[in-house]
Formats: sequence, structure tokens, C-alpha cells
Amino acid sequence: MAEVRVDRVTKRFGTFTALDSVTMDFPDGGFFALLGPSGSGKTTLLRAIAGFIFLDQGSIRIGRDSVETVPVEKREIGMMFQNYALFPNMTVGDNIGFGLRVRKVGAAEERRRVGEALELVQLSEFSNRKPHQLSGGQRQRVALARAIVTNPRVLLLDEPLSALDKALRVDMQTELKRIQREVGITTIFVTHDQEEALTLADKIGILRTGRMVQSGSPREVYKNPIDLFTAEFLGEANILQHDNLARSPGSKINVPNSAGDMSALAVRAENTTVSTLEPMMDGVSKMRGVLTRRVFAGAMGTCVVDVAGLEIKVIGRDAEIPDLETGVEVWVSWKNEDMFVVPDAAKRRS
Amino acid sequence: MSGSILQTLGKAWLFAILFFLYAPILVMALMSFNASPYYQLPFEFSLEWYRDLAGNTEIKEAAARSVFIAIATTLIATALGTAASIALFRYEFRAKRILQILLFPPIAIPWLITGTAMLIFFFGIGLGRGTPSVIIGHVALALPYVIVVVSARLATFDATLEEAARSLGAGAWTVTRRVTLPWIAPGIIAGALFAFAVSFDQFVVSYFLSEPGDSTLPVLIYTSIRKGFTPEINAISTIIILVSMIIMLIAARFSRFGGER
Repeated sequence: MAEVRVDRVTKRFGTFTALDSVTMDFPDGGFFALLGPSGSGKTTLLRAIAGFIFLDQGSIRIGRDSVETVPVEKREIGMMFQNYALFPNMTVGDNIGFGLRVRKVGAAEERRRVGEALELVQLSEFSNRKPHQLSGGQRQRVALARAIVTNPRVLLLDEPLSALDKALRVDMQTELKRIQREVGITTIFVTHDQEEALTLADKIGILRTGRMVQSGSPREVYKNPIDLFTAEFLGEANILQHDNLARSPGSKINVPNSAGDMSALAVRAENTTVSTLEPMMDGVSKMRGVLTRRVFAGAMGTCVVDVAGLEIKVIGRDAEIPDLETGVEVWVSWKNEDMFVVPDAAKRRS
Repeated sequence: MSGSILQTLGKAWLFAILFFLYAPILVMALMSFNASPYYQLPFEFSLEWYRDLAGNTEIKEAAARSVFIAIATTLIATALGTAASIALFRYEFRAKRILQILLFPPIAIPWLITGTAMLIFFFGIGLGRGTPSVIIGHVALALPYVIVVVSARLATFDATLEEAARSLGAGAWTVTRRVTLPWIAPGIIAGALFAFAVSFDQFVVSYFLSEPGDSTLPVLIYTSIRKGFTPEINAISTIIILVSMIIMLIAARFSRFGGER
């Protein structure tokens, strides 16, 4: 087990800059998520830590060692691939034992540790199966067992759950977290699923076009997004630009003092409510608009309100959203304290 | 109704093709068991020509030489071809596309021309004619076939398996031996059989490169026909055809030549 430090890492492919001076710390024993849209460089960063990519600049430390020039096979990492990459010609037991055999731990020791790993992922009876005889979730657990059986210093997961269907994915998230806690291994995983990142990670790093936009605990990043991109990428945020704040007649928005010209206001979709009557309480910001969409999704409901061309999204318990026809005039409101200021990077640049 | 007529015509066409392909071979095979040396009918079964063949040391020596050359060619071409295929699969380098394209012309260039060029080349470098030259020539002919067949198999190989093996601590050689080779083994076997067939059936290049007293079986057959035809040739040809066809059928099975297994 070890901490991982990535310091000003840069990687170019031709004229394309995949990683642009990326810095992030991964303290020992934590569970970390690298989050970003496709092409953001999150997978490139993971592969750089693994050693499949050599850096143009910067340094990567695993524990106390600089590993930039250490080949993959000597880095003592465990890696789980998106497609699991189980060896098709070997049984489950041989797949898990591969790394131990390479390390020549001896047959008895190998058998013992493979047994333990199988038990950890609850697949003890499947030792003699071939990978193609397993379900997606079972394959995933074999891949995990294979990656941790050698006691690597860090566990790297490349979109580990993306190939599973939704119900199974939630199960596996819990399972993954349990195993990570039990083993206590520093774990870094790549995902484009923000919900997964928020659920699993102790700390997340958000990447965009090769840059580390923001890193911190999920709650911190969610509550204080550093710019519009992060605000919109993590959860559903309604962005209120200065110029369209007072578009609808009767609107009342309490602009916080901290908001300057170079920033936008934002409010999370789950913090807004819709009503037919104008809300009259104190400490509430409100806008008038037209209901354009009302979506029922079981316990939760969503609706979209058009406020003079600006779309405001509202998410709430379905019972609390009035059952209205689209085209009706409604009020959207939220508590002043739920509104937050977001520095607008695009504006700052211009 | 017209559909079934078309089907019948299609079948007739198929049988016509098979007939033209195999009838001469069948006639030759039958005549190798016919007692008359002049293709006279009625057919009278006899193993006389096979007996003659067994006593003909010249043919037996040529056959042994052919097998030796074919085995040597197979070993060298398969090893080189497999290594080349893996390199082409694993690495990106500047001349890769050109190298891949350059693999195909040797298959298309007439052997007569390749053979002439090789003869000039081997005399130029002082190696001259002889078994070593024949083997080198055969390897050069067989190599593209091996690379094409092994590469086709490699195209179905998931490269992340190699990455997975490396992440588990396996060095380059272990990765190749434990992960890559087991997957492409059927392709290697098919490629080896192709190499064997190319070498064993090779006439033109062997004719150019072998020394007069040192011919391979196809060269010997050609020269004996010129001296005067004997039914022994039918017998040895029948044996060669059988061996070649068996090899090709096995190769087809391993390389999925005839579609999905």
C-alpha cells in the first residue's frame, strides 16, 4: 500500500496535449475517482500511473519511489480493465494465480492466496470455470481478485463498472467499496459517471481537455464548483447569467454580495420548486415562466420551466410537484442560501 | 419454380467445376493402379508401379530431400513469420505500412521471375546453387503466407490481455509465451502447414536453385517426364497429391479458411 503523487504531468500525442501539467495527490488507503467527459485525459492519467504511457514532463511517485522510468511489470500495481481482460485460455483460478506464478511464490502459497482472493470476492466454487462460463458481474469480480491478489501498492480501475447493467452496477459499487475497505488498498478509478464518482470516492479529480479542473472531496466539489463546467458536470445545475437574471416580470433574485461581474449564479435542480401561486415567503428567490416539460420517473419527477428563453430544470419528489399541463404559467423558486456563485471561466478569459 | 431451376443449374455448375478440377487427378490416380504402362483399358488393378517406386533410390532420395527441405523451411519461416506478425501487431513504427504492403507482391510475382532473380542473387553473393540456397529461397516464398495467416489470427487477439499480463508483473517473454502464443497457436499451425505445402510443392524455384544431382521431388518428376514417361510418376504424384491435400485440409481447419468452425 502506498500513496501516489502525480506532479505536473504532461503528455502530448503529436500536437494533441492529452495531459497538461496535471497535479493530484492520492493519500494512502483512499478511494479516488478521476472524472471527466471522454477525451478529458482521465484514462491517459490512469495509464500513465500504470506505466503504459511515458511522460513528456512531470513526475509520478508511488510510495517513496519515482516511477517515471519503471516499466509496468515492475511498478507493483494492480489494474482492472474495462473489458476485464481475463485470459480466455485459463481457468478462473489460473487467471487469479497468474501474478503469483510470475512472482514464483510456490504452488502451495499460490493455492492459499488464490483461495483467499476467491473467498474475498465470493467466488470460491468457480475456481475451475473458464471466463466465458461466467456472467458479467462474476467476471468483474475475478478481474478484481486477480488485480489485488499480488498485494499491489495501488489498485487502478479503468471504468470498472461501465459494462454492467444498472442494477448490477449499484451492487458492484457496494461490493467494490467493501473490498477496498477490507483490503485497505489505495485505489484510483476512472469513470465518466458522476453519480458513481460521488458515491464511491473519498476524493475526486475532475479533468477537462487534459487539465485538472478541480479536486477535493465529493461534497466540497459538489457544493463549491470552481467553474461553470464543474457545476454543470456534477449534478444538474441551473446557471443564471447576470444578463438574464431579471428577464421575467416579477422575478426577485437575491444576488449574493460575493458575486462580481465575472461570475454566474447557480442553483441545483433538486433545490428548486415549482408552484402555480407566487411564493411569498422571505428569503426566497423566484422567477416566473412557462412549464415546457413535466416528466414522471417513479418517486422522482422532473420538469423544465422556460423563463424568457432560459431553461430552468426542477427535480423533486414527484408528489411535491403539482400535476400541471405544459404551457401553464408557473413560478420557480429556491431558498437564497441554496444559490451559489460560480466563477465564469469563459467570461474571465474574454 | 424458377428458383429451383436456378438452384439445379447452380449445382450443375458446381459439379462441372469440381469435375474439371479433379478428373485429371483422378485419372492419374487410377492409372497409377493400372497394370498397363500405356494407359490401356480395360483397367487391371496392380501395385506394380508402387513396387517399382519402392525400388527406385533416385526417387526415394529426392523425396527425402524434399521432405527435409520442407521441414527446414517450415521451421524457419514459421519462427520468423510469427515473430514478424507479433512485431507488426504490437508496435507502431514508421515503415510499418510499407512493410505490410511489401509482403504481398512476392505472392503475386511469377515464381519464374522470383526464381531467376534468386539464382542471379545467390551466384552474385557466391552461395551458388544447392540445398542451402533452395531452403533460403523457399523460406522467402513461404514467409508472406505465414505472416498473412498468423496476422489474421492476431487480429482477433485482444491487446489488453498483454497489458493485463504486464500489470501483473510479467515481462515481455512471459507475456508472449503465456498469453499471446496460446491464443495464436492455431494460426501458427496453419501458417506452418502452408509453409510446408509451399516448399514441398515448389517446382520453379527449386529447379533454378538445386544442383543437377541434388533435385527435389517435383524437379525430379519434371526431368523424368522429359526423358520418357513411366507410370511410376503417376504413383509418386498420387502420393504427393494425397499428402498435399491432407496438409491443406488441416491448414484450412486451423485457419478457418472454409468459414466459421
